[in-house]
Amino acid sequence: MEDVSLFAIAINGIFVKNFLLVQFLGLCSFLGVSKETKSAVGMSAAVMFVMILASTAAFLIYEFLLKPFGLTFLTTISFIIIIAALVQLVEFIIRKFSPPLYRSLGIFLPLITTNCAILGVVILNVRLEYGFIESVFYGFTAGVGYTMVMLLMSSIREKCTVLRIPEAVQGIPHAFFITTLLSMAFVNFFGVIPT
Amino acid sequence: MAEKTILGEYLRGIVKDNPVLALVLGLCPALAVTTSVENAIGMSGAALFVLLGSNVMISALRKQIPPIIRIPMFIIIICTFVTIIDMVMEAYTPPLYKALGIFIPLIVVNCIIIGRAEAYAIKNNVKYSIVDAFGIGTGFLVVLVAIGAIRELLGTGAIVLFGFKLISIPIYSDTPATFMILPAGAFMTIGVLMALVNYNRIRKLKKGA
Repeated sequence: MEDVSLFAIAINGIFVKNFLLVQFLGLCSFLGVSKETKSAVGMSAAVMFVMILASTAAFLIYEFLLKPFGLTFLTTISFIIIIAALVQLVEFIIRKFSPPLYRSLGIFLPLITTNCAILGVVILNVRLEYGFIESVFYGFTAGVGYTMVMLLMSSIREKCTVLRIPEAVQGIPHAFFITTLLSMAFVNFFGVIPT
Repeated sequence: MAEKTILGEYLRGIVKDNPVLALVLGLCPALAVTTSVENAIGMSGAALFVLLGSNVMISALRKQIPPIIRIPMFIIIICTFVTIIDMVMEAYTPPLYKALGIFIPLIVVNCIIIGRAEAYAIKNNVKYSIVDAFGIGTGFLVVLVAIGAIRELLGTGAIVLFGFKLISIPIYSDTPATFMILPAGAFMTIGVLMALVNYNRIRKLKKGA
């Protein structure tokens, strides 16, 4: 692995390789949840939280269990089980210790297990051969990037509710057109990081 | 519901229950890998294999799977087939495997497959589950190839399939709109396609009323 600075990872995770707009990860929940800011905030917080935890856990399992025993063909299956177990655990802990937080975050947690952004970040960590600190940090920055786009999108969509849109374009096609414009802005970040 | 016929079930997956355009499932791979027709075919082939495997397996085991833990069981069955196709593609089609990148392992969390398991395979017998898998798989293929063709043609000015040049636009291909190959082009293409589908549906509804 060549040396990558944490700053480069941050810029990469938030802007250049933004999970939603450039890598197309986690789009299903993105379109569903970004209708209003309140649920967008809840979902983003939940995603960011699980991303950090999952990157940590996945790194430990991959490095100390799968790699030494030559079980790397089980990578996908073990990662998805880790994520599912983590989500369940987080749900239990939050419900026990902070009922108000559970009420705002709880409904988003089950959605996260099958969110490709989470599995995407842990698989990317393995493919890019990041070390422990890099992995966790990449998880965090990917979460920040996700949150940023989610907030942008939900506030734009909230403003758009007063517009008169042709019937055929209402709903998801319209959301896609907004995403196109946002994505065009993010495409300009290509080449910020020399590869 | 009218009686099920094999052809009817097959066509339903392509038109009425089209996974991407009608059910809005499996968007991530539909947009990410469709920079060319070739990738689109590779991706939908892999998805079809996993869908077929998981539908058959789940529908064969549907009386044995306890309802409470059905979702974890679905995921483990799907994951098995994803691991198989992942290793096969890595061994036999390395360029395609490289182009599809992390989207092969991500078939695990593709909502189409788990959606079909939950909505269809768990309730129907093996024969219809196979037909359903082929129908949905073909529907996925059609949409992916359509998006891939539009993006490749407008973005590079030509469609190249397994080394053969199928179509090319003479003057346009000197200065193609590279925008279409970029992520933004994908969002626009699917937005336009969905708007067209909606327009068609609304027109039909109005005619009927």
